Amino acid sequence: MSDRYWEHFHHEADIGVRGVGPTVADAFGEVALTAVITDPATVVGRATIAIRCEAPDPELLLVDWLNALVFEMTTRKMLFSRFSVSITGQQLHGTATGETIDIARHEPAVEVKGATLTELKVFKDNHGLWHAQCVVDV
Amino acid sequence: MDISLFERMSDFAWRINPSGNMRVPAIIYASEDLIRDMDDKVREQIMNVATLPGIVDAAYAMPDAHWGYGFPIGGVAAFDADDGGVISAGGVGFDISCGVRNLHTGLTLADLLLLRKELADAPYTTIPAGLGSTGRVHLNKKQMNAMLEGGARWAVEQGYGTTGDLAHIEEHGCISGADPTQVSERAKKRQQDEMGTLGSGNHYVEVQHVDEIFDVSAATTFGLHTGDLIVSIHCGSRGLGHQIGTEFLRRMAIDAASYKLRLPDRELACAPILSPTGKDYLGAMRSAINCALANRQIITHLVREVFARLFPDNRLNLIYDVSHNTCKVEEHVVAGQRRRLFVHRKGATRAFGPGHSAIPEAYRAVGQPVLIGGTMGTASYMLVGTEQSGYLSFGSACHGAGRAMSRRQANKQWQGRQVIDQLAAGGIIVCSPSTRGVAEEAPGAYKDVSAVVDATADAGLARKVARLRPLICIKG
Repeated sequence: MSDRYWEHFHHEADIGVRGVGPTVADAFGEVALTAVITDPATVVGRATIAIRCEAPDPELLLVDWLNALVFEMTTRKMLFSRFSVSITGQQLHGTATGETIDIARHEPAVEVKGATLTELKVFKDNHGLWHAQCVVDV
Repeated sequence: MDISLFERMSDFAWRINPSGNMRVPAIIYASEDLIRDMDDKVREQIMNVATLPGIVDAAYAMPDAHWGYGFPIGGVAAFDADDGGVISAGGVGFDISCGVRNLHTGLTLADLLLLRKELADAPYTTIPAGLGSTGRVHLNKKQMNAMLEGGARWAVEQGYGTTGDLAHIEEHGCISGADPTQVSERAKKRQQDEMGTLGSGNHYVEVQHVDEIFDVSAATTFGLHTGDLIVSIHCGSRGLGHQIGTEFLRRMAIDAASYKLRLPDRELACAPILSPTGKDYLGAMRSAINCALANRQIITHLVREVFARLFPDNRLNLIYDVSHNTCKVEEHVVAGQRRRLFVHRKGATRAFGPGHSAIPEAYRAVGQPVLIGGTMGTASYMLVGTEQSGYLSFGSACHGAGRAMSRRQANKQWQGRQVIDQLAAGGIIVCSPSTRGVAEEAPGAYKDVSAVVDATADAGLARKVARLRPLICIKG
């Protein structure tokens, strides 16, 4: 298995999103959130936006990052398929690359309302990979 | 869930006695079958709610309860501010004041058969639905604040609907105590193009017909007869409510330590009602309630426009509008004492019994209409609040079918096109921009709404009035 991947995990009403990577920033930069809405492969990288977050701990930083993406998606009416993230201390600098939503092509299944604190974890597993996860409300 | 973990109070009430940090018992209303099928997380979450400061009487879960975030969906809990009670953003949910509104079309099933296709196409092209859609109402800063203070009343003043509608909306269309200054600029920005939009997920506009009447007296009072056509609208406070939920969940999680709140899980983030954080949330949450009421009022106007084009002589009357994600100040009698409580209902419907002053005058003698949204392939229900619901559940009942399967599982099990075709074969037209969205909302992904409603009635939380079957379903 690759050392960078994303997956969804079970939640009865909503959806769990998880990114995995060699660093915390890599784990944050996976596309699990987009995959809740549409197939990320259908999203073309036409425009890049910058995002900054600051939070007292890595878990809340993940929530802030996901919520910043939700905010940008809903106000710019965009979907994102590529992310770059760097984390220094309590600060995150990231970019999200994507395009304007095309309802016919992307067929968005749901809109994400926000990231919750449920199943919120940022941790390193026994193989040295970082996992960043929480449940998002849809 | 393992029913041996509960004390069986009756065939429809299951109790967990206080243990550990629980301050009060937890009580789940459900049939044995429903409780066996519930996720263990419901038990864990409702027991966690029972540990919160200032909780009164018991933490309750309704028959449609399922795993939520912090509170279970279907959770009800009341807190006393003067006893250190808390308010929880997770106990209200992100979609603040999501609710159901039913309109009587004045038409019958026979009328629909003539214009069924047109009646499916017209709302689908008129009512913005799904991610990326934009409403036709765009608000500047001043208008936004007026909407957040005025709710459906504001919408009526702008020409969306009539003053007669307001009498049949909870709080007469406008909750007091909204404070738009506590609503962030980001929340307002998220809402500026979303007024009069449906959203996605389980939200819908449906044309339904009254399929069966269970209580003739209450049905007559609500104006329902077998074969009548009803329009049902299910949506909430859109991006504004979502952003308020997001921001206050975070703030409450951070502030918990300064308020010396020891929470069993961070997801239960809350704040004392009388604290600055609690007061700010109340002002913002009430603004979001007004936003949801205004949103459903604008959608009502759009639905009326569609019907006016197809049936020029018809008027659509608002039967009732009730929210199921709120925290409201109410008076309840607990152990013989009348107390002013902050009642959280997350995925639970207010269900006041006959005589309550909050019920519209036209319905007061029979009780409050309780609107239960089902799936696009099964049924929805209208119930009526009972006198005993006041002491059983702080006047609360279920809100819908409740999910039985995750979206991921549903998406693996069904294909959207197949679901649409099967429903069409059964006489139900589904319009949605997303086939995957339809698969995730497949009727089989939900509990049996009739079993949920029966358990609600058998537990005494509400009485069945009428069953409504879907004919046309517009999904976001």
